[in-house]
Amino acid sequence: MSPSVKTPEAKTKKPEDSFFKRLIRQQLFIPIAALLLLVVFNLIADPSFFTISLKENSLGNPVLSGNIISVLDNASELVILAIGMTLVTAASGGQDISVGATMAIAGSVILRMVCGGQITSDTMQMNLFLAVLIGAVVAMLFGAFNGALVAYFKIQPMVATLIMFTAGRSIAAWINNNQLPIINDIAFKYAGTFLPGIPVPTPIFITVLVIFIFWLAMKRTNLGLYTQSVGINANSSRLNGLDPKLIKLMTYVILGACVAVAGFIRVSRSGSINYSRIAENIEMDAILAVALGGNALSGGKFNIYGSILGAYVIQFLTTTLYKYNVPSTALPAYKAVVVIALVVLSSPVVREKMSGLKKRPAKTAKEVS
Amino acid sequence: MQEGSVLELRGICKYFPGVRALQDVDFTLREGEIHALMGENGAGKSTLIKVLTGVYSKDGGEVRIRGIDGPAVIRSPQDAQNAGISTVYQEITLCGNLTVAENMYIGRTKGALTNWKKMNRDAGKILESLSIPASPTQQLGTCSIAVQQMVAIARAVDMECKVLILDEPTSSLDEQEVQKLFGLMRDLKKKGVGIIFVTHFLDQVYEVCDRITVLRDGQLVGEYVIEDLPRVQLVSKMLGKELDDMADIKGDSTAKVDMTETPVLEAKGLCSNAGIKPFDFSVRKGEVNGFTGLLGSGRSECVRAIFGADRVTGGAVKVEGKDVKIRKPLDAMKRGIGYLPEDRKGDGIVGDLSVRENIILALQVMKGFFRPFSRAKAEAFADEYIKLLEIKTASSDTPIKSLSGGNQQKVILARWLLTDPKYLILDEPTRGIDIGTKIEIQKLVLKLAAEGKSVTFISSEIDEMLRTCSRLIVMRDRKAVGELTGEDLTQTKIMATIAGGEAK
Repeated sequence: MSPSVKTPEAKTKKPEDSFFKRLIRQQLFIPIAALLLLVVFNLIADPSFFTISLKENSLGNPVLSGNIISVLDNASELVILAIGMTLVTAASGGQDISVGATMAIAGSVILRMVCGGQITSDTMQMNLFLAVLIGAVVAMLFGAFNGALVAYFKIQPMVATLIMFTAGRSIAAWINNNQLPIINDIAFKYAGTFLPGIPVPTPIFITVLVIFIFWLAMKRTNLGLYTQSVGINANSSRLNGLDPKLIKLMTYVILGACVAVAGFIRVSRSGSINYSRIAENIEMDAILAVALGGNALSGGKFNIYGSILGAYVIQFLTTTLYKYNVPSTALPAYKAVVVIALVVLSSPVVREKMSGLKKRPAKTAKEVS
Repeated sequence: MQEGSVLELRGICKYFPGVRALQDVDFTLREGEIHALMGENGAGKSTLIKVLTGVYSKDGGEVRIRGIDGPAVIRSPQDAQNAGISTVYQEITLCGNLTVAENMYIGRTKGALTNWKKMNRDAGKILESLSIPASPTQQLGTCSIAVQQMVAIARAVDMECKVLILDEPTSSLDEQEVQKLFGLMRDLKKKGVGIIFVTHFLDQVYEVCDRITVLRDGQLVGEYVIEDLPRVQLVSKMLGKELDDMADIKGDSTAKVDMTETPVLEAKGLCSNAGIKPFDFSVRKGEVNGFTGLLGSGRSECVRAIFGADRVTGGAVKVEGKDVKIRKPLDAMKRGIGYLPEDRKGDGIVGDLSVRENIILALQVMKGFFRPFSRAKAEAFADEYIKLLEIKTASSDTPIKSLSGGNQQKVILARWLLTDPKYLILDEPTRGIDIGTKIEIQKLVLKLAAEGKSVTFISSEIDEMLRTCSRLIVMRDRKAVGELTGEDLTQTKIMATIAGGEAK
């Protein structure tokens, strides 16, 4: 039998991907599309949503007010948490569900410091910066506790952080002997409200600062490479000289720092604390923000800006729903519907289908021409 | 369909972003034949298999299967299974945390209830009939890679299949296990099963196959009856050029090693928690040596101890005459040691990261957390090595996991070459990659030695070791049992030492 040799056809050029297809593949496609959708919805339903006006606040200072400002302001804690949560997710392939409870702890510590252990105080008993620093150290220690359980004892992140999720609010109450301290010093509230003479809410500045710090950290350190590498393949990372356990622990400590900042903003808004209600369910929104940003909750590659956008989308949605007088008890149900839609849309399966759908008509168009 | 064929592929095309993976490929499998699918890395063998098994959807062409009228539609591995196509992949695709029996029956039980007793009993019977040393209730992850591979084959064999695809099944098996597998393949062949055999081992092709189909760069080169295609021609068809004489690889470079000089690395009584007996080892400037022995004899564990990959429990190490402590890989890296691990997928690549990030990883870690390379610098490094090692990738931004095995291995090599090591440990660098790349890697090893670097080379193929190494340490039962140099470096002598002369 003679060998049958088939001569290969002339090389044909591979089909170029359409613009739409490339767009769909972008990780930031879903959060940006969701944000645009919300903007368009509000533009059509009631363009006054976007008006920003200068109003006098209770202190008689002129400040900016409007829905957009409120979205940016109220999203602050969530954005900051989402950044830390993204790193934890990337490196350890799991999430920290204790961030809300740890925020209560951080807030409680800060209040105890500035109140000097009293129930009410009209002036700060301690330098605010020092108090926040102590709060941050405490939150980072709790982060290290979570991180150690995950990294060194190999407990699943959700189980490990369930401990602090359960105990955190009690610890927060215990720090202040179960009292509800109130600080009336106006300077304490600068961080949560407005700085004198500046019409933009301070949390927006703090958030921008935190984002900037992370932008710098991603640029000037190997934080991104190390956490992703460890999250994708811990064995390989170790054989390349990394210490996967230490890096996992580090991400939890960084999240602890984020929690402290978020906790500070939250107590600074009112000057007091309600241990069982403060930052309730915020851990779920933070995890959702990571997922909405197109990041795999199983860890590995991440895009921190996706999570940030995701956090703003969630707040935008909440504010929109409030605007249309959805009662706060019904809010979670509405949110859930939108979230299901977004999460399903951002799943790889649907994306594949979407780019596939667009491919066929493009092909026939080419044939016609 | 033609008379006697069980499977026909016609004009199969498959595109990936930036790559034409398959271009108008035909393939015919007849009843009761073992058909080798040959080609270099990236030639499209694995892609063709994945199209056939429904892992990838094809962009053109048709598949016909005996017993199914008209073109067969295979959209998922489940469809393929139902159409009578069973597959054993190159990489283990079973679940390590399930038991052996569960792995064999996963996705195949009917109804909601499982009769665990029956399942374990049935699995036990099959394992026994194939003499696979595993218990049905054992967790699969605790078995050796070879046994896991055999379980995967047992799973495929047990399914009533018309077509059995074996994608590099032998790359992690030793000679005895390979023979067992071949026995199995011949049995199945007698029963009329068509077997597609993908391998890089030419010997094995000529031992069991009836026909060969050769692919190159995603295109069909041709289909040949095995008697009509001598080895040299097969290789040249795969490469698309005449092959350098492989025997010529070994130069005189190894002769230059000065054994009186201080060793680059010297270990005394080194042992680790991986259960090897304490061993002595040294390597000199410009020397290529190697560990040889059967699978599981402890050769990998030895080099892992040197690199600090396993926890070192005893012994003293000197690097260039100075006492050093190597507790973790970073210690070794800082002393100028590089290590290409045996398990490319599990220990080597960082799958989702780009080729560029994978190349710079080790050097970046050595440089430190606060001193990242600029994007331009990283790209320059990546481009340099992509060019130097002829890595086939769409760009340096491509995730390494989408590259073929041999090209992934080259990326890992590039990673270590970039750190400019004094001493490079290569554990099975040629496993599961095509012959062209194998030769390239062997040449590279000798070139590195000629440049004054030291290399430890481990390979299951004794030929390769003989071509590259000037000194071999023979391992048996996790113990160094002999050292061969000079005239003792022959296949027979090595075999005898591995088998153990004193045993008789």
